[in-house]
Amino acid sequence: MNRLVVVGNGMAGVGCVEQILKHAAKFEIVVFGDETHVNYNRILLSSVLGGEKAADDIVLNPLEWYENNHIQLRLGVRITDIDPIAKSLTGDDGSITSFDKLLLATGSVPLIPPIEGTKKDGVHVFRNLDDTRALVDRAGQGIKAVVIGGGLLGLEAARGLQIQGCEVTVVHLMDTLMERQLDFTGGGYLKSKMECLGVRVLLERSTAAILGNGKVEGVAFKDGSTVDADIVVIAAGIRPNVELARKVGLQVNRGIVVSDFLETSHPDIFAVGECVEHRGTCYGLVAPLLEQGKVLAATITGNKGPRYEGTVTAAKLKIMGVDVFSAGDFSEKMPGTDVIRYEDAALGIYKKLTLRDGKLTGAILVGDTSDSHRYMDWLRSQEDLTLHRRQLLFPGPSEDAGLDVAEMPDTKVVCGCLGVTKGAIIEAIHQKGINTLAQLKECTRASTGCGSCTEHCQQLLKAVVPEFHEESEKVLCKCLPYSEEKLRDIVRGQRLFAVQEVLDIYGNGLGCEICKPALSYMMDMVWCGDHDEDRSARFINDRVHANIQKDGTFSVVPRMRGGVTSAKELRRIADVAEKYNVPMVKITGSQRIDLLGVKKSDLPRVWADLGMPSGQAYTKGVRMVKTCVGTDFCRFGVQDSTKAGIELERRLEHLFTPAKVKMGAVGCPRNCAEATVKDIGLVGQEGAWQVVVGGAAGKKVRKTDLLITVESTEEALQAATLFFQYYRENANFLERTYDFIERVGIEKVRRETVYASLAVQQGLRERLRKSKRLARDAWLEGDEPRQPTQFVQIEPIEKVCQ
Amino acid sequence: MTQNHSQTKRWVRITQAKDIPLREGRSIQIAGHEIAIFNLGDRFLAVENRCPHRGGPLADGIVSGRSVVCPLHAWKVDLETGRVTNRSEESPCVKNFPAAVQDGVVMLELSVPEDHSVALEAPCVARQIPQISSLSAGD
Repeated sequence: MNRLVVVGNGMAGVGCVEQILKHAAKFEIVVFGDETHVNYNRILLSSVLGGEKAADDIVLNPLEWYENNHIQLRLGVRITDIDPIAKSLTGDDGSITSFDKLLLATGSVPLIPPIEGTKKDGVHVFRNLDDTRALVDRAGQGIKAVVIGGGLLGLEAARGLQIQGCEVTVVHLMDTLMERQLDFTGGGYLKSKMECLGVRVLLERSTAAILGNGKVEGVAFKDGSTVDADIVVIAAGIRPNVELARKVGLQVNRGIVVSDFLETSHPDIFAVGECVEHRGTCYGLVAPLLEQGKVLAATITGNKGPRYEGTVTAAKLKIMGVDVFSAGDFSEKMPGTDVIRYEDAALGIYKKLTLRDGKLTGAILVGDTSDSHRYMDWLRSQEDLTLHRRQLLFPGPSEDAGLDVAEMPDTKVVCGCLGVTKGAIIEAIHQKGINTLAQLKECTRASTGCGSCTEHCQQLLKAVVPEFHEESEKVLCKCLPYSEEKLRDIVRGQRLFAVQEVLDIYGNGLGCEICKPALSYMMDMVWCGDHDEDRSARFINDRVHANIQKDGTFSVVPRMRGGVTSAKELRRIADVAEKYNVPMVKITGSQRIDLLGVKKSDLPRVWADLGMPSGQAYTKGVRMVKTCVGTDFCRFGVQDSTKAGIELERRLEHLFTPAKVKMGAVGCPRNCAEATVKDIGLVGQEGAWQVVVGGAAGKKVRKTDLLITVESTEEALQAATLFFQYYRENANFLERTYDFIERVGIEKVRRETVYASLAVQQGLRERLRKSKRLARDAWLEGDEPRQPTQFVQIEPIEKVCQ
Repeated sequence: MTQNHSQTKRWVRITQAKDIPLREGRSIQIAGHEIAIFNLGDRFLAVENRCPHRGGPLADGIVSGRSVVCPLHAWKVDLETGRVTNRSEESPCVKNFPAAVQDGVVMLELSVPEDHSVALEAPCVARQIPQISSLSAGD
């Protein structure tokens, strides 16, 4: 068998090997990589830098893949020399490997501009996983980072560093960011989006030197100005890595010159990826590499025929909340170019299309890239758009999403990053029995690149697989078009600490009565009090810690743990009712006492006089634990439900939840406190507790599901609190436990709480502990209101009579 | 309230701008009206503190852009026009009042009896809204 040696273990080299494997087995394959990692998705390095993904998450081909395909993988070996006559190569470990065919996929290397001081400690590049790790190690709160280069890579690096806590400045030589992909206007929109995220942008700055004595201290510019820096990232571009090819004597210009069949000037040496120059062009994006790989696989396996004729490239910025897409040639200078523009400065949306002879030649989208697929198709197909002329920027009103997928030809590329067509996806679905997006990703790689085609993939699955359930992408509201699950990721991943910040960056900047309270909860749950709580985003009940009534007065329910009170408390309650002329005193269905009709301005004094904590009867939070008399007095009780209930309430009180949480604890299966229709219930048995969850006795009546049966009271409390925190972290806002359980399924809930690994359980407990530590009795604010005028009736400065 | 010929419109000083936190409302009682005043960050707007639906206190609502959502049943009132914007059926408008800020004080233009007018130091120039950016300090 012939030996094929591949130099380069990146996306281009391995991508090509994947294609070669699709042809009849012909080679014994050896792959050399100078990095010590298996092939990973280089496009997602910025997500690793930003902490959104772990290094393992971006692996494309795990070790087993190499083993299963009998590929000999040599990691950490740099090839130093090639003998084209003896057909062998030498590694920096001294090894000599012979080949029959050689594939060069050496990629590119960062371009280091000729400035002084680039060797100093603290100067980084951002090209591979090791660079990324080094940056993650250096980055942190308060660290000053300067990124030289305002292109795609530089901006992604800047945002990643900023998420890590750095104060980031992007320095760019040109007068606009991403000038190769955007025009001046588009660059302006991008700049303000970056600044909105908190990244400082300096344009038209030519770097003169990196300052510091051995270690980076700052950056000096040719205009004489300087900025302080602890780290400097050079992202000034890349150049093809052609060193080896030059040594061998292959024809090299900027890149290794290849034919339409990806042949070099040596008959047994081929090249693919960023290191090649095809028809005068060197590509630095992923889509061309994969197209080249396919062609080369045919050539090298003796199936020479398919030609590579160049790629219409598109660039997409992968910064969440900063949508930028650019494709083709967007310049307006060529005569006969029609320009179509749309701009909404307030929303930060800018779209520009260029057409020549009725055909699309270029597209720029900033702020809204939802139509990028349509434009890519038009660029590739070079379809005459004269008839679509009025619908170029906005599709006609009747066009529905399902139709979109149905009308797509099989040859249409759905995933531009990895070059997966609609036909390939449908074939995979049928042949491999795929019915989830995750399986589709694994099998076809579609949507594993930038992820922008996820929606199309889901639509295809929906159309082809009858049992496909869309991964519940219910958006929160029209202010903020993301699912709550996604928003939790955004809040966590992008380290957003204020509701208004989320709305400004990801939404319409306004917010409404739906998203504001939902985001307020999310902030509290994700950051457990380490955030800037914005009371204006909360419902009035959560500003004044009482429940608003139809006449604008409020109801006051003190906490009475387990429904147990005392003569002293009752006396104080009675005194308060008289002193403040409370119109109604009512026993609630939850074993508590409700004082109805209290004026807002009386609330702080009412709380002080009661001397009891808030019962949270006004909020999406822990309401109460209803108990029966348990073993102390009852003839039938077999468990001390009163004590257990009081303890459960103590452990969870003052916490916020997605929707109200009502609990119950009963000492025997007679169930006098109705624990089996509560969100969380403890049902005493002889020698055991049943922990039950997801009950309802409101608009809907639902019997709880059994979570687990345990022996001791402590175990029962532990199981209940595990479920409680799991619900807090995973339910949508306003979703009661019974709806949550029906959506998720009790088996999954069990698997991820009481049957989860110790580490997972500890995680849940630790986060609950942190929240609990920071949770306060809201009524303590009576003495020190968050807003001085919260409870005070403002008196006009000037008096006027009627 | 009824207006008669002895009434005149003028700007009345109400309260310190910082008393109304950013994106919140507060109610005041003056000249026979209960008025909800909102701090929208770049300006203040004022309407009658009564939802046209069931009389809910608009001052206690969540602010959404230049609208407020009544805390009782989520009717949404445009604070600039007084119109209810999220109901299909016709509903009456909420009365609105011109509001402005001068020297850090929120002012409302109200109809007041003439004989009770108290001369202002700088009367009625407050329509031009001064720099408000410093006012959101109340947040």
